[in-house]
Amino acid sequence: MKKIIILAIIAMILTLLYLFYGIDAEIFQYSFMKRLPQAIAIGVTATAIAIATLLFQTITNNRILTPSILGFDAIYLFIQTILVVFFTKFAGNFVNETVNFILSLVIMVGFSLLLFSSIFKEKYNIHTLLLVGIVFGTLFRSMTGFLLMILDPNEFGLLQGRMFASFNNIKTELLLIVIVGFLLLIPFIYDEWKKMDVFLLGKDVATNLGVDYQKTSKKFFIVISILISAATALVGPLTFLGVIVVNLAYEIMQTYKHKYIGLAAVLICVSALMGGQLIVERVFNFNITLTVIINLVGGIYFLTLLMKGRKA
Amino acid sequence: MIKVRSLHKKYHGRAVVKDVSFDIQEGKVTSFIGPNGAGKSTVLSLMSRLIALDSGTIEIAGKDISAWHTTALSKKLGILKQSNDIHVRLTVQELVAFGRFPYSQGRLNTEDHTAIAHALDFMDLGAIADRYLDELSGGQKQRAYIAMIIAQETDYILLDEPLNNLDIKHSIQMMKMLNRLALEKGKTIIVVLHDINFSASYSDYIIAMKDGRVIKEGIAKDIIQADILKSIYDIDLRVESFGKCQVCLYH
Repeated sequence: MKKIIILAIIAMILTLLYLFYGIDAEIFQYSFMKRLPQAIAIGVTATAIAIATLLFQTITNNRILTPSILGFDAIYLFIQTILVVFFTKFAGNFVNETVNFILSLVIMVGFSLLLFSSIFKEKYNIHTLLLVGIVFGTLFRSMTGFLLMILDPNEFGLLQGRMFASFNNIKTELLLIVIVGFLLLIPFIYDEWKKMDVFLLGKDVATNLGVDYQKTSKKFFIVISILISAATALVGPLTFLGVIVVNLAYEIMQTYKHKYIGLAAVLICVSALMGGQLIVERVFNFNITLTVIINLVGGIYFLTLLMKGRKA
Repeated sequence: MIKVRSLHKKYHGRAVVKDVSFDIQEGKVTSFIGPNGAGKSTVLSLMSRLIALDSGTIEIAGKDISAWHTTALSKKLGILKQSNDIHVRLTVQELVAFGRFPYSQGRLNTEDHTAIAHALDFMDLGAIADRYLDELSGGQKQRAYIAMIIAQETDYILLDEPLNNLDIKHSIQMMKMLNRLALEKGKTIIVVLHDINFSASYSDYIIAMKDGRVIKEGIAKDIIQADILKSIYDIDLRVESFGKCQVCLYH
């Protein structure tokens, strides 16, 4: 596919730019070794977000949803707030990065699996799941809001750094854990991946064509929750990006085949994050956050989509 | 043969299928008739494992439905429900190609392509094979879906109201096509129909349902009788002999 190659070239150019643009030749090795883990983190996060969103949209049969509707971001922010409140206020020192990561990951995966399993026990209904997710998201957000009230400005400052996605201080060992974890997921879903195309036809047709709908969607929900939890715990809340890149991928590829859409979405996501991070670091000198840029560009894209839709 | 014995199904405590038993003969067209809410569609969904049964047994080709692996069953039995909403843009050809999924798992070989071309041809869709489904009329869409089921090459074909959205010409073509499938290829066809006359003239066997029960089954001549139809539909219907068929007048 020609389009895939073009997207791959764009992603490659942006990655190389990110790695080498404005690098100090004097301390080349030091700078490079500092930038490389960030670039890898961007690649890993981009893959996780793009794939998870694509799967989620196919399972829910809805093109404007993101997994964050299940409250992943809200839970993450709540955990971060709790950690600041209890550890900083009472224990007197901020909690260790690795502990924080593992704690966040375990709680998020655990919570989403709990949410799914309670739904799966009953008659399986995707809308109930989404509704429960939204309600819990709101609950966690309100509790976060309450805890924020009792923080003093110093503690709030500490927390603020974690409330926005950032690739600036990625720990290499955490990155390694995430990469190994993702690789372990591949054999788990490899056989199921090709069933995703059939999922687009709805539950009845998919069942008729020999897909165990319930079993496959359970598997994918587990994969989605691991991908999103890991990405969020690694860099912060960023899942809304998924809607934009997956829709762009559909728009560009003009196909329904998941292998192409998935690849295109990952490449677009890498390009978006690399490009965004490039602007944040080299143009604005860290004066704005990545979130701002992505929201701006994504927002404009969504408005054009809406306008185009109205005309058609 | 499909053997159904004392089938029960409840939705939220309300029984929609009550103690239903029947046999489906191989290589014949069997139609289900009955008023709305009689449980015909539910029985079809139960027979094709789209929904789980509460109690009773369904035996397909000598093997209980729960013992069938879902992929193996998808090569034996194909089902098409009434409404099929999809949210992606597909061409007719792409949709029909999905019928080969049980065999190819998405990777089409020459055999699959032959089956797809054959199904398109059989449903007279060759001219619109590259058109997108959302550009088609309701009848064309319906035929495209049925072509997908034909491409699936199953021995049993279950269709829930296949005449929905079809005009008279296409309805007749559809029923003739189903008869041909049974006669020439030995397929077992099971349809839910609302038009009693279509059911009478094109099916070998009729099963009449009402309030979740089978109240009468037999060949067309035995079912299309004024008193029997009254007991099914609760209205007076006139039945006239027309040539060698019985015709029901309901206007």
